[in-house]
Amino acid sequence: MDWLSAAEWSIVSLSMKVAVLATLLSLPFGIFIAYALARWEFYGKQLLNGLVHLPLILPPVVTGYLLLVTFGTQGVIGGWLAELGIVLAFRWTGAVLAAAIMAFPLMVRAIRLSIEAVDLHLEQAASTLGAPPWQVFRTITLPLILPGIGAGAILAFAKAIGEFGATITFVSNIPGQTQTLPTAIYTFLQVPDGEGGALRLVIISIVIAMSALLLSEYIARRVAQSVGG
Amino acid sequence: MLEVSLQHRLGGFTLDAEFTAPAGITVLFGRSGSGKTSIVNSIAGLQQPTQARVILNGDTLSDTTNGIHKPTHARRLGYIFQEGRLFEHLSVRDNLRYGQRFNPAGRLGLADIVELLGIGDLQHRNIRTLSGGEKQRVAIGRALLSQPRMLLADEPLAALDKERKAELLPYFKHLNDSLGIPVLYVTHATDEVLQLATTVIVMDDGKVARQGEPSLVFAQPSAAFEDSRDIGSVLDATVDQHHDDGLTELQVGAGRLLVPETASTTGTQVRVRIAAQDVLLARSRPQGLSALNVLSGTIEKLEPHSSSSVIVHLASPVGPLVARITRRSLQNLGLEQGTNVFAIIKTVALEA
Repeated sequence: MDWLSAAEWSIVSLSMKVAVLATLLSLPFGIFIAYALARWEFYGKQLLNGLVHLPLILPPVVTGYLLLVTFGTQGVIGGWLAELGIVLAFRWTGAVLAAAIMAFPLMVRAIRLSIEAVDLHLEQAASTLGAPPWQVFRTITLPLILPGIGAGAILAFAKAIGEFGATITFVSNIPGQTQTLPTAIYTFLQVPDGEGGALRLVIISIVIAMSALLLSEYIARRVAQSVGG
Repeated sequence: MLEVSLQHRLGGFTLDAEFTAPAGITVLFGRSGSGKTSIVNSIAGLQQPTQARVILNGDTLSDTTNGIHKPTHARRLGYIFQEGRLFEHLSVRDNLRYGQRFNPAGRLGLADIVELLGIGDLQHRNIRTLSGGEKQRVAIGRALLSQPRMLLADEPLAALDKERKAELLPYFKHLNDSLGIPVLYVTHATDEVLQLATTVIVMDDGKVARQGEPSLVFAQPSAAFEDSRDIGSVLDATVDQHHDDGLTELQVGAGRLLVPETASTTGTQVRVRIAAQDVLLARSRPQGLSALNVLSGTIEKLEPHSSSSVIVHLASPVGPLVARITRRSLQNLGLEQGTNVFAIIKTVALEA
């Protein structure tokens, strides 16, 4: 990678790693929660809906602070995880958690809308043909909501790669360890003559975002053709 | 044999139906809103009425008093919906094969069904490019390939034009005759009842108004019939002879009827329908009349129909006939039970 310096490469690769993992790891939960919110009636549904949306309406710094309180080494869950040897605060793994939490409401919203758009009559038809509920989901619902899942994933990835507030609060901005594209751009802009470096990272950000969009559309099309066979 | 007993209340509508569908084609007939679809959905397990008892050949599918409700996918009933409900993300072939994945292989194979329904050329087409009639054929094939114990069809032809309808109707008859699958067929169209039904269940406002053979059910006026043209007699006939002048002679019971030429070959079983309003009555054998079919008969029963008309039930050589005449004619001719009359038939409609 001649056209990227070692420092720049570490920033880009860390950002990519964080955003991709945040998206992929939260996707199963996102689909499950979206399905539950779209289809099931249960006690506490509004509370769950509110919790999922909280990161969208709270200032990101507040979310980052809450993550620090909960998942920090002294935190309720963080303390327990620390005993197992898992530390999230001020580590790149914490950046994945922060990005996933911040992107989650966007992902759930997109998938939920696509689930609500599925014609229940088609699922009924599948069940009359002998398909048990899980197979109805796998062969009818899932292929029909793939574009929604694709849209949700790309939104989540874009949000994750651009996440700033919660990330910098929870895992700080440590070069080579937790410094991602936005926090690096911020750092460049804080120093004299840093604009050139910032501009290079800005262009990289645009390229990544555009590529992700094209890739997700390509995948959605390919998967829609092959699933269900 | 399917035994059904359902009670359900929804807003101001009360469904309270009990009937038995023997082997053959049972037609659930009634105007829209009479509860037909609710019944079929309850049988399929897509709807759970307050009280339900559905038993198919001794297998209990629903029994609310004992807390039994088999899930839809375990009922093994084929369901053909009015709108087809094909899976647009799958090809025609994969739609057809969908049911095969979840059911044990049966005697109906893909090749047989494709041939039976004439859908060989459609197999690799995209569902979105199919016409309405083609979609319903695929839907019928898909349901059959799930090896159903019974076929439910909810107004499967209602969205099609007349020609498509005429093309598809025989398939239902055929799949019952040759495959032996009992069919429960929902419709509000009289012609479909007459062509298909071995048993008719007339629904009116959530209740079974009447049930039995089509010839018995259609001979009496009912609020369930959307129009009084639906009253008439339905008779089974055999094509006897084609005449040179373009007429076909049918053997009906102990009598004969002349109808415009039909394509059916001699010996074919057909069903004819004579609408009550197409039958005139005379006290003496009419002379100098253009009508070809004049039958002698005896009045068996008079039944009030409207403020101005009555339905006259006759016994005739071709079987029971019904005529709708005005109350004034009834007075003028002095008709009563036991009177011998001549029935002049204006039109004989061949139904199949």
